[in-house]
Amino acid sequence: MYTQALNTKDTSDTSRPGDSARLAVFQATIDAEDKIEANDWMPEAYRRTLVRQISQHAHSEVIGMQPEGNWLTRAPSLRRKAALLAKIQDEAGHGLYLYAAAETLGVRREELYAQLLSGKAKYSSIFNYPTETWADIGVIGWLVDGAAIMNQIPLCRCSYGPYARAMIRVCKEESFHQRQGYEIMLTLCRGTAAQKAMAQDALNRWWWPALMMFGPSDTDSIHSADSVRWKIKRFSNDELRQRFIDATVPQGLHLGLTFPDPALRLDEASGHWQHGEIDWAEFKRVLAGGGPMNAQRLAHRRQTEDDGAWVREAALAFAEKRRQAKVTRVAAE
Amino acid sequence: MVETAMPIWEVFIRPRSGLPHRHCGSVHAPDATLALQAARDVYTRRGESVSIWVVPSAAIIASDPNDKDQLFEPTSTKVYRHPTFYDIPDEVGHM
Ligand SMILES: [Fe+2]
Ligand SMILES: [Fe+2]
Repeated sequence: MYTQALNTKDTSDTSRPGDSARLAVFQATIDAEDKIEANDWMPEAYRRTLVRQISQHAHSEVIGMQPEGNWLTRAPSLRRKAALLAKIQDEAGHGLYLYAAAETLGVRREELYAQLLSGKAKYSSIFNYPTETWADIGVIGWLVDGAAIMNQIPLCRCSYGPYARAMIRVCKEESFHQRQGYEIMLTLCRGTAAQKAMAQDALNRWWWPALMMFGPSDTDSIHSADSVRWKIKRFSNDELRQRFIDATVPQGLHLGLTFPDPALRLDEASGHWQHGEIDWAEFKRVLAGGGPMNAQRLAHRRQTEDDGAWVREAALAFAEKRRQAKVTRVAAE
Repeated sequence: MVETAMPIWEVFIRPRSGLPHRHCGSVHAPDATLALQAARDVYTRRGESVSIWVVPSAAIIASDPNDKDQLFEPTSTKVYRHPTFYDIPDEVGHM
């Protein structure tokens, strides 16, 4: 996980003479399905759009560890605990791959990280909901990682090479995340009535926030035209959301669960599942910081950053001391 | 006459657009420019590459082969990191 289409448009124009020829080469490269690499010329708006998208994606991976971490010490078995720990460990790695991809565009990780901690940068709205029961861990793997995979697979073909390659690595690792989540759901749904009710309750709470992960509706989307032309974005928010619903509803029915959407029905003609209206006011509120867990997620991240400061300082001081000792030793020889 | 040792450079080539650079070998050269030139001549004579990186060999820090078991062997018991560890019924379809 997790990128979310937030559809912010880059409007500033910093073009210089000679750029139009370079721009033509740049666009021809993309049109030919070739990759843009770190040292290639690229328009500033492309660079900024990527930095913003990749860093938002990285922040989401990092913040996304918290809701799951909440259940790590209370996992119901060693098997579940090992799987959950392995998953969270993967998410930390995803954050790292993505910050590294962003750094190839000429920004420093510390800079991006400071934007997260100050609240200036956004991350996926999904992580601002609480994980109330163990079933939430099942639902997160199944739905949240499921939605993330749907979003991320097209990004493996993104025009920017370092981002595309990071996504290939991420997608390979995601596959077990969704499966372990669905397996938790299966176990609960085949368990006692209370366990099944817990699974149903989790699905009821997470279904709509999971659909919001694909970002605003296409009718409401401001200009993803640039991202489409640059082959950063290959499918619209609504297209990806529909794919996710079509894949997920049968999986939920197999569990014997219901979805909290009375309007959900299979349209025989098109073969697609039609859904009810998404509460976009809630989406905007959560994204703007008004979700149930926004304040706590950031406070926790800042706290861990502060708590870890002495370790980073000590490690740097130790490296410096060793370097000095070597200089002295070489000088004495 | 004692010759100054000619530095060694590790060579990485990108076989085609979109793929990562991969290590393919090394060259001796007095500086980065000539190392790139030598790498081009040695490793890319048959269209193997669209981009080259050279890195001073001395800058590469490698793991100790004696630590191999300690570093890598424990992952063989962590089967839960693989998708096949989880039982998903066939009816559910691909996941
Ligand atoms: Fe994941
Ligand atoms: Fe992830």
